[in-house]
Amino acid sequence: MTDTIRSRERRTGWILLAPALLTLVLVYAYPIARSVWFSLFTQNLGTRLEPVFSGLDNYGRMMQDGRFWQTMSNTMVFTISSLILELILGMGIALVLNQAFRGRGSVRTIAIIPWALPTALIAATWAWIFNDQFGLWNDILLRLGIVESGVNWLGQPNLAMMAVIAADVWKTTSFIAILLLAGLQSIPNDLYEAHSIDGASSWQSFRQITLPLLMPQILIATLFRFAQAFGIFDLIQVMTGGGPGGATETVSLYIYATVMRYLDFGYGAALVVITFLVLILVVAIAALALSKLRTVTGGMNQ
Amino acid sequence: MTTIQMPVNPKAKPADRHFSMQKIVLWTAVVLIILFSFAPVLWQLLTSIKTNADISAVPNVYFPQQFTLQHYIEIFSRRPFFNYMLNSMFVAVTSTLLCLAIGTPAAYALARSRLPGERVILAIVLIVTLFPYILLFLGLLELVRTFGLANNYLALIIPYTAMNVPLTILVMRTFFQQLPRDLEDSAKVDGYSTWQMLLQILLPMTIPALATTGILTFIAAWNEFLFALTFITRESMKTIPVAVAQLSGSSIFEIPYGAQAAATVIGTIPLVILVLLFQRRIVQGLTSGAVKG
Repeated sequence: MTDTIRSRERRTGWILLAPALLTLVLVYAYPIARSVWFSLFTQNLGTRLEPVFSGLDNYGRMMQDGRFWQTMSNTMVFTISSLILELILGMGIALVLNQAFRGRGSVRTIAIIPWALPTALIAATWAWIFNDQFGLWNDILLRLGIVESGVNWLGQPNLAMMAVIAADVWKTTSFIAILLLAGLQSIPNDLYEAHSIDGASSWQSFRQITLPLLMPQILIATLFRFAQAFGIFDLIQVMTGGGPGGATETVSLYIYATVMRYLDFGYGAALVVITFLVLILVVAIAALALSKLRTVTGGMNQ
Repeated sequence: MTTIQMPVNPKAKPADRHFSMQKIVLWTAVVLIILFSFAPVLWQLLTSIKTNADISAVPNVYFPQQFTLQHYIEIFSRRPFFNYMLNSMFVAVTSTLLCLAIGTPAAYALARSRLPGERVILAIVLIVTLFPYILLFLGLLELVRTFGLANNYLALIIPYTAMNVPLTILVMRTFFQQLPRDLEDSAKVDGYSTWQMLLQILLPMTIPALATTGILTFIAAWNEFLFALTFITRESMKTIPVAVAQLSGSSIFEIPYGAQAAATVIGTIPLVILVLLFQRRIVQGLTSGAVKG
């Protein structure tokens, strides 16, 4: 009797689940599996766009491909620098927004705005701010006397990288701040009170209470942001198009150009597969760290 | 609002001597945060209503003597800007509704049905949220070609629906887990079938949570760039992000800073309004989607 109820319940469950799972398979699993298959073929203008089986040739070619390694290193520089800056700034903003002050609700609302805006439009905005002739940033630096003439931010390799990182930090810091703020709010006050009775300074309680208890949120935010930054496309495509001279070209831009401009589908697929594997590796490491952390801090956070 | 319920920060010790000093630091930080969050948008807004002469003045003009709506008129008369807005709106709304329609039942099943392999499914759903769209784009491109969906909104609506399904599942599952089970049990005792119970009793209660999720999915769909750039090439069918991004490259002789600023402002306004109206829901959804998973 109970068995039939259970099995009926399960059947309803699967029916409810089916449309969502099918959609995910169609849009996530199939394209990635397909890319793995594609990557074993050479299909480009050289083969008149006909797929010709070539085994692991595409991967061998990747090892020799200087542009691939350059884009990988660009992607790493971009991802790691923006992540570190975002975490520091996001933590600062979260700490401030956790204080009691008049109008806190409105300031919190304003702080979310960058996160909600379309990245492509934000890219256009920051390209304009970093404009070499009429840009706001050059104007501020000139007025402060920091530079003597306008700097061509998007025209020089290192500066262009700094500019896209700045734009990304602006855009996504609020996401991290929101997550960290939620974490801060879940830390009970008693902990701080007991700690300050013991004579601890603010900095000590930050180090000894806030940071350890916030670790799960920090790791989750890092994981999310790592994945997003690693696959960054719209921001850089619109701001610099990967230039100057490929200095800001990330793996996504390279994949896009390989497929859409050079029509090199097999090689593009191999690039997709490698990017996917790198991402999965990092996610696995982070997930492991997260689950260890959860067992260490025990029930405190859940 | 949530903010009012928050306890006073424990670190703000009411020691009078430090009080004013702490306040100054706090308010400086608050002003900096506001400036940080608003300045780039404000600069675009200002650019969009400046005359071309003021835009290209060096040093920059911060307080222009005259304002103009010329750039707005220009983008609406030279480009099908109204269409772009409608296109974005249509794609975002349709995919949001679809996503809620298939994601919510799935979330319910994962919260209640005690399915075998539930944890695996949840883990997969979580991992999927981390995939950048560039990984999907090649396979989707092939699908779009096979089914002849280029310049068809289905090529956007289906991926947008899918990319928001994980978030919907995570947020709605948290919501269903917080609902008391007795409610459903007593409905069954009262003779409701499972489907009746779901539609007539549970659905009305989920509306606030649906709104929370819907806002997040709408924002994500409105902002998407890569698929919109690749699958839609007909001018009149483009969405806002692509249209604005391509505005910059439209003319070699005169780079239309003013027009571009105006376009950016137009494209951001719906989102700024959404944030102003629903900031609490957005925060709620983001934190329950990301943290509790």
